[in-house]
Amino acid sequence: MVGKSEVLRGHDMHWIRIDRYFEGQPEAPSMIFQPVTCMHCENAPCEYVCPFAATQHSAEGLNEMIYNRCVGTRYCSQNCPYKVRRFNWFTYTDKDAPHSTPPPAHNPDVTVRSGGVMEKCTYCVQRINAVKIAAARTDEPNNGRIADGAIVTACQQACPTDAIVFGDVADETTRVSREKASPLDYDLLGDLNTRPRTSYKAAVRNPNPAIGSPDAPYVEKGRVKG
Amino acid sequence: MSRAEPDRERLLPATLTHGGATRWISGLITDKPAPLSWFVIFAVCSVLLVVFLVSLTYLFSVGVGIFGINIPVAWGLPITNTIWWIGIAHAGTLISAVLLLTRQDWRASINRFAEAMAMFAIVCAGLYPLIHLGRPSFWYYLLPYPNTMGLWPQWRSPLVWDFFAITMYLLFTMSFMYLSLLPDLATLRDRAKSRLGQVSYGLLALAWRGDAAHWARYQRATLILAGCAAPIVCVVTGIVSTDLAVSIVPGYHFTIFPPYFVAGALFSGFATVALLAVVLRWMFSLQAIVTRIHLDYIGRMMLVFAMIVDYAYTQEMFTAWYSGEDHYRYVYIDRIWEGAYAPVWWTMIALNVGVAQLLWFKGIRRNPVALLLIAIAVDIGMWLERFQIVFTSTHADYMPSNWDVVWPTAWDWAVYAGSLGLFGFLLMVFLRVMPMVSLHDMRELIARKGAGSGHG
Repeated sequence: MVGKSEVLRGHDMHWIRIDRYFEGQPEAPSMIFQPVTCMHCENAPCEYVCPFAATQHSAEGLNEMIYNRCVGTRYCSQNCPYKVRRFNWFTYTDKDAPHSTPPPAHNPDVTVRSGGVMEKCTYCVQRINAVKIAAARTDEPNNGRIADGAIVTACQQACPTDAIVFGDVADETTRVSREKASPLDYDLLGDLNTRPRTSYKAAVRNPNPAIGSPDAPYVEKGRVKG
Repeated sequence: MSRAEPDRERLLPATLTHGGATRWISGLITDKPAPLSWFVIFAVCSVLLVVFLVSLTYLFSVGVGIFGINIPVAWGLPITNTIWWIGIAHAGTLISAVLLLTRQDWRASINRFAEAMAMFAIVCAGLYPLIHLGRPSFWYYLLPYPNTMGLWPQWRSPLVWDFFAITMYLLFTMSFMYLSLLPDLATLRDRAKSRLGQVSYGLLALAWRGDAAHWARYQRATLILAGCAAPIVCVVTGIVSTDLAVSIVPGYHFTIFPPYFVAGALFSGFATVALLAVVLRWMFSLQAIVTRIHLDYIGRMMLVFAMIVDYAYTQEMFTAWYSGEDHYRYVYIDRIWEGAYAPVWWTMIALNVGVAQLLWFKGIRRNPVALLLIAIAVDIGMWLERFQIVFTSTHADYMPSNWDVVWPTAWDWAVYAGSLGLFGFLLMVFLRVMPMVSLHDMRELIARKGAGSGHG
């Protein structure tokens, strides 16, 4: 936590933001929203500009931050077209920091970041690894494969409408692959050739103007993560 | 050319002899006390240096959050100032090396302080990347050395190129300046009155005896280093510009950046040379050797680079429009019209395009006060140019949900003022311990002009 004054300076630290797009009359706009986290681009603009190789691809395609290597040039954030990276402008996690949480309140599976390093959505790498380790330790034969749906990211878990899907995009049978095959699937800023792993499903609306006003709470939107 | 000839002749007073030049310039250090203006400038710069040290102490103990930077604008004044200082350094190198290769006589009386300017500007430029880093104590991760951490620089990053470019530039400028100081250090060793002066200049002079073999080697080494300097002038700022150009940020990503930045660097660099020339000739009464003709030539150099920079402004906008990309076009709509930073852009245009046109007039170029004011205007204008490139490009880039405006904080300004203080402090100390005009270059010029030969 960084506090109100820091958030007002653009020093907020959230890894997922909800973008809102409005249409219609300003008095009664209808709203479309879009959650945006790190896209985990295959052709990631952040990776080639880091002089310390502190943000790298994993073999599975995650775009990983290596906090220990990060020296804080912030070039990755400058070059990120989605601006989803967040920087520790001060040491926010210290005991003496104005809004620090006590260590028992920290998630023991997530690295505590020090001042001066960049951070961003990890696709919940700690959850992925926990499931993989558990799979490796079972006696059941699984060929090192994780069952589809076994890994649930935090945002996916929290989403009440199940709009976020996570899974193996290399496997055509997974739910995420089926969703990505939809003609409604699109990449955010795909024309930049960043090849983001996160993709979205376009919202299709067909409201009957005879029923209710256009700003009735009618939002149908899916989000696919891969 | 026939009209230019009398000018060339008047670069030196006809009565100045070998011995006279040496006595005069070295006397400024060995005999005369510093003028009052020196003490005033030294005091101001010392105060600013203290401000610098206090700010850096606070910065390194707390974090870069004290600066006016955030996410979208994660690069702020430290990057602006790195580019600005490295640009200022370039004119010093150009004067001391490229004008040597092209045999320009007018470099003789201004090259020493221009080199000192370059040296101290690189020191300031080199400090800023450290000031910029989130964890400056780990800067050495950039070094390609075998280590147990499995670390190696990521060579695709322009910041790695940048590190090597600036380090090379610093080492080069140090060696070149020291080499050109050698014969003068020997002169000072022989002329120093105090034992301390004799011993220290003697140690620094590396047993220079003015022997013909020494001079032959000196000439050869100078020419080799000057030959290296020409590409270095282009490469260093070219590489610094790739920090921006290699990214995919609209407003940074332009192939014209390297030549545009080199011209911009030399423009601001010559402005600073003009500023120092006017100030130093007034402080130390050097009007006889740093003549109005010198000011005229420096003004002409400023004008040449102003024209290239102004052309680059048009090309930058043309390229953005011609790309057909909305994001790139919007950068200019935002910079020039809609954005919060538009006044910065217009001030930059007023100074770099508007005020610079005054340099077309010979009377203005030869007027020290006018040239001083134009030089200050151009230094501010070129600083604003770097400011608007660094700030406006990411403040409103691809996704409107990220747009934000951020302004430098008091700490940004304190560090900036402090770095000016550091520069001034180093320069003032240099003026008291080293000859501010190259003695041997002046003697060579006198010999070539045939004025004082045989009196050395």
